[in-house]
Amino acid sequence: MKTGFSVFLAAFLAFGASWYGLVYGPLQQLGGAQQTVVLQSADNWPPQRTGEATLGLQVYRKYGCAACHTEQVRQTGAANELALTSLGVQKAADFKDFMKSVMIVPALLNASNTIIGNLDKWNGDLPVTLYSGDDSIVVSTLADKLKPVGVKTEALVVARGADIARGWGTRQSVAADYLYDEPVPLGNLRAGPDLTTIGVREPDPNWQWQHLYAPRSVVPDSTMPAFRFLFEVRKKIGGQSAPDALALKPEFAPAADLEVVPKAEARQLVAYLMSLKANAPLYEAPFTPVTAAKK
Amino acid sequence: MNTDETKSFCPAGIDASCRVPLLALFGGAALWLVLGLLLGLAAAMSFHQPDMFADCPCLNFGHAQAAANDLLLYGFAIPAALGVMLWIFARLSQAPLALPIVPVVAANIWHLGVLIGTGAILLGDGSGYAWLEYPRAAAVLLFAAFLLIAISAVATMGSRADRELYPSHWFLFAGLLWFAWAYSTANLFLLSGHPPRGVVQAIIDWWFANNLIFVGLALLGIGIAFYFLPKFAGQPLAGSGYTLFAFLTLVFFGSWCGIPLSAPVPAWLPAVSAFAALLSLIPILAIGIVSWKTVHGAAFACGGGPLCFIRFGTASFVLSAFLYVSEFCPRYSRVLDFTWFGFGVTQWQLLGFAGMILCGAIYEILPRVMARDLPYPKLAKVNFFLFASGVLLYVIPLLIGGVEQGLKLRDPNVAFASASGVALLFLRVSTTGQLLLLLGSLCLLLNILVLTLQWKLGLLKTVIAAVKAPLENPSVKEVEL
Repeated sequence: MKTGFSVFLAAFLAFGASWYGLVYGPLQQLGGAQQTVVLQSADNWPPQRTGEATLGLQVYRKYGCAACHTEQVRQTGAANELALTSLGVQKAADFKDFMKSVMIVPALLNASNTIIGNLDKWNGDLPVTLYSGDDSIVVSTLADKLKPVGVKTEALVVARGADIARGWGTRQSVAADYLYDEPVPLGNLRAGPDLTTIGVREPDPNWQWQHLYAPRSVVPDSTMPAFRFLFEVRKKIGGQSAPDALALKPEFAPAADLEVVPKAEARQLVAYLMSLKANAPLYEAPFTPVTAAKK
Repeated sequence: MNTDETKSFCPAGIDASCRVPLLALFGGAALWLVLGLLLGLAAAMSFHQPDMFADCPCLNFGHAQAAANDLLLYGFAIPAALGVMLWIFARLSQAPLALPIVPVVAANIWHLGVLIGTGAILLGDGSGYAWLEYPRAAAVLLFAAFLLIAISAVATMGSRADRELYPSHWFLFAGLLWFAWAYSTANLFLLSGHPPRGVVQAIIDWWFANNLIFVGLALLGIGIAFYFLPKFAGQPLAGSGYTLFAFLTLVFFGSWCGIPLSAPVPAWLPAVSAFAALLSLIPILAIGIVSWKTVHGAAFACGGGPLCFIRFGTASFVLSAFLYVSEFCPRYSRVLDFTWFGFGVTQWQLLGFAGMILCGAIYEILPRVMARDLPYPKLAKVNFFLFASGVLLYVIPLLIGGVEQGLKLRDPNVAFASASGVALLFLRVSTTGQLLLLLGSLCLLLNILVLTLQWKLGLLKTVIAAVKAPLENPSVKEVEL
């Protein structure tokens, strides 16, 4: 390193390589991304947001919501599950005996202990999960064996992971989910819960408004700051509440002759939150939607 | 070569050539440091009194924290580092600063950009991209100012008497290229009005933040440390082969980190980043070894002086970079992602590493370029102890709290409120650290402010004395004769 040029060259090569790899590469791979297709459906993903929700993303950006909330769900893997949905004409005891006899099939040998264990714990309620694990061959073999007996089973793909178990989503977030976001509000701190599927979890706009106006009125141990400036506190006209006035608990409500109504920004923000429902199975993040509905 | 440079040239003249540019850069930087720490404190208040800013959109956490972060990085760290770099380049070149008026103008443009950017964030006009919140108007000003300073820096470097480059040259010169390239790329792609589609925005933002904060600050901060450590220790920088190795591995491996493992992007990106993070341990260790060998065994008094700052900063670099890299280890990232841990590491990099080294350098350089002593040398020492205790008290609770929070988040049977509750406990302690940091930064600001006033008063006195002095008119004398 005797000349400025050699330092420049080294830095240029190093930086250029990383630029090529982490800027140009992703641009080539994803920069032209289009909508994808939802698995086993004719729907496209992601759906285009409504105008109000699109404005709501800008409100989300404006107040820095992504400083405390993430919009990305992690997944540690996926399980293949076989659930028994109907016994048909069979009796539970007979079915258990039959299952024990099926376990000698070579493909099921490794999983036999788990399956028998599940059956022993079974109290007779349907549906019941017969098998849940990595092996899809177990699921298909078992389903084949059970079909002629007249019982009904359902094969499921279920995402696993702490975020999924918390109910923050039914699958991991993938690049396709953010196609229409500008900026992409991924976030990097969970001071508050993840919002990837908040539109599914809390689909009531009134709940969302109350939560924004006085977070502790609906979630007692919430640490979220109140966003009162998104609301207008005004006199009731003729003593009557407006249809969109918040139904607040008395200790959080203003004086009796006043009412709280959301301003335009609050409406847009909640419209955006309502639009967050990354709940469609995709090729790169498959799951069986039925389970989601049941849960 | 840098220890005996005083033999052949006049350092006073070189220092004087840096006076106004450095004062412009350091003065603004100290002011932004105080403001940034103040805003950081306001942001933390949201966790102690959630409804404190319920009717004041300007200071809610999302605004105040983003503004505070950007003030620490763009307001304080980068201009201060550029100022120190100008002085080091002039000293190493044994020549006065080239084009000294250019950095003065640039410093003012830079500070104007920071002012506009901070105002925009607080008013809700931030871009929404982490570390790139300043809107286009501010970004253009910052970039123009940076180019101007870079011109002066490169011209000074080019005028060096001894053609051999010193290790600080490599680091600082590469740092110039780093900022220019990373900042222009990120702004052109993300703030030009037509950002790329979807998650590519996040990838570019991660790449930018990593290259600015991890690699960029490392280049500038370590470049400065490698100039001062040998001087203070009175012995040459240990092993220039090691140093070259550290430099090359840092720029080649460090620049590929930054994509979090859980990111919803094609899997090869986080995988490449994780591998680069593993390789980045090499330069971190190498820099640690070089610094250790340089100061080890040297007899010197520390006592809260500039050396203390720079030694603390270098140790902070090694430790914070080590923690930063560990965030990309798959095993740890599952716990550490989305917790206060990453926040704590970044604050450590900004304040414990860059902040400490820069403060030390400023305290060392200022008396020389101003040709007068610090007005409150004791406050400078107090500043060190406030900063050292402040950084530790601020960051360590965040790190431990982050791990606790992550472990709780990872267990779906633990309620979410309990996970964020455990972090709150640690945030209470870390706010005390922020207060100490704020007090420390006031010491720096006061020293610079009073020094500037003294200098201006001195100038005024010289001018008045010159005006008052009796005129000697040779023509009159001739007539009398």
